[in-house]
Amino acid sequence: MKILVSVKRVVDFNVKVRVRSDGSGVETANVKMSMNPFDEIAVEEAVRLKEAGVATEIVVVSCGPQACQETLRTALAIGADRAILVETNEELQPLAVSKLLKSIIEKEKPGLAILGKQAIDDDSNQTGQMLAALLGWPQATFASKLKIEGDKAQVTREVDGGLETIAIKLPAIVTTDLRLNEPRYVTLPNIMKAKKKALEVLRPDALGVDVTPRLTTLKVVEPAKRKAGVKVADAKALVDKLRNDAKVI
Amino acid sequence: MAVLVVAEHDNQSVRKATLNAVAAAQKLRSDIHVLIAGHEAGAAAKAAAQITGVAKVLHADAPQLRDFLAENVAAVVVSVAKNYSHLLAPSTSNGKNVMPRVAALLDVQQISDIVAVEGADTFVRPIYAGNALATVKSRDPIKVITVRTTAFDAVAAAGGNAVVETLAAPADSGLSSFVGREVAKSERPELTAAKIIVSGGRGMASGENFTKVLEPLADRLGAAMGASRAAVDAGFVPNDWQVGQTGKIVAPDLYVAVGISGAIQHLAGMKDSRVIVAINKDEEAPIFQVADYGVVGDLFQIVPTLVEELKK
Repeated sequence: MKILVSVKRVVDFNVKVRVRSDGSGVETANVKMSMNPFDEIAVEEAVRLKEAGVATEIVVVSCGPQACQETLRTALAIGADRAILVETNEELQPLAVSKLLKSIIEKEKPGLAILGKQAIDDDSNQTGQMLAALLGWPQATFASKLKIEGDKAQVTREVDGGLETIAIKLPAIVTTDLRLNEPRYVTLPNIMKAKKKALEVLRPDALGVDVTPRLTTLKVVEPAKRKAGVKVADAKALVDKLRNDAKVI
Repeated sequence: MAVLVVAEHDNQSVRKATLNAVAAAQKLRSDIHVLIAGHEAGAAAKAAAQITGVAKVLHADAPQLRDFLAENVAAVVVSVAKNYSHLLAPSTSNGKNVMPRVAALLDVQQISDIVAVEGADTFVRPIYAGNALATVKSRDPIKVITVRTTAFDAVAAAGGNAVVETLAAPADSGLSSFVGREVAKSERPELTAAKIIVSGGRGMASGENFTKVLEPLADRLGAAMGASRAAVDAGFVPNDWQVGQTGKIVAPDLYVAVGISGAIQHLAGMKDSRVIVAINKDEEAPIFQVADYGVVGDLFQIVPTLVEELKK
């Protein structure tokens, strides 16, 4: 079975982003960029399925500017077999990305596509569900366990209040949650090997997809800051403050 | 045109998150309809009809809707979508699962996790773990929206008197099936609905300490228990305790952070709490920058003393 994984290049999770003073967005110039952490989990899961003999080939896809090639190389170093970049400098919103992925999936015909549940930049949490809808495939979002059984997958999902297990018919979309796996460290020999793997570049119009944004960002501001409060000496003083000043207990 | 709120319910009752979504819908100044898609969910439909401000309840009842599988619930929503200007759902795990599927089927770019309504087509939503707030304007004919529940005060669950209309459910998609559920049974209030939350971080050092040290405090305060991602990653507590950017977003009256350093991702999930208390041995920990009251010291001494002081 072929597996398709999509990855997004985002501002590294350790960076404290700064809002531009003109309110046009957040500062992304000269900021460390990385693979979206949930996508790293997606690549890792695909590689484990290949190591377990379930998957035969892993195709990794990214949509965005040329610099996404770096992100794709990281995925190849983790163990993906080949990469496709849908290159554009336009802003891509989740609906547009899912349309691009759909057209690639129609060509590649994977038995399973694994995506991160959410990108940590726009925090939308949409692309996997949208892609499943556009393909008419089942979806198993927020996965913490994935088991392939013939033409079905059994997926345990992280839901409010606990866990839920569903069975989905393949082909299907799975989106990853944190506990699905712990991605491996990429080794130098694998980084070297990744450089020799195939990376194809396509354009959105070649795929016949209109990526025009549906949402216009009018402004971006910093949220109101919380002021640091006071330090109190001990538990007794704390209880006094909570009872008499804050009146919350 | 009316707006539709896709309810979060358990077939018996309506979850509080629905009341927050109705509150967001009220800002749109149209008739509000609520959809109950479930199985043997008459009680939930009746409860929805009591919600203040609701004009009509649509009740779709079928076996394939019992477990809220995204494929089947989305089909119900899409079947009535053309009657509405806006489709809203709370940002619960169900809402997040179903609504983007609905949006794509309607060829609409969803607006996730709104915290304010600026107009019929303009909304505010947090990005970058809440470190920025974006005002976005949609040019889609139907707006598909998920609502950050902590940003809208719940409407009253009683006082309304809406009509309940039966809605035919589309056939089972056959794409997915429900296998089972492991829901933690707890006497505690639910994390996202609790007035007080006691949360532990890596500083707790073990899962056992959550039970031995933190639980007595939560019991004393009648609080829900939460955790940072570090504590979840370390295996101390289950993932559904996680408060933060990719976990639950909470805003209780009182949030007590114990042994939590205050990573950006954690602050994203709790910084709208009314009063924040931090207990941490590192006085430079970022959590103190958002805490109203901080105690610097060993949590294993401070927390038990705190429990004793609360008894007085």
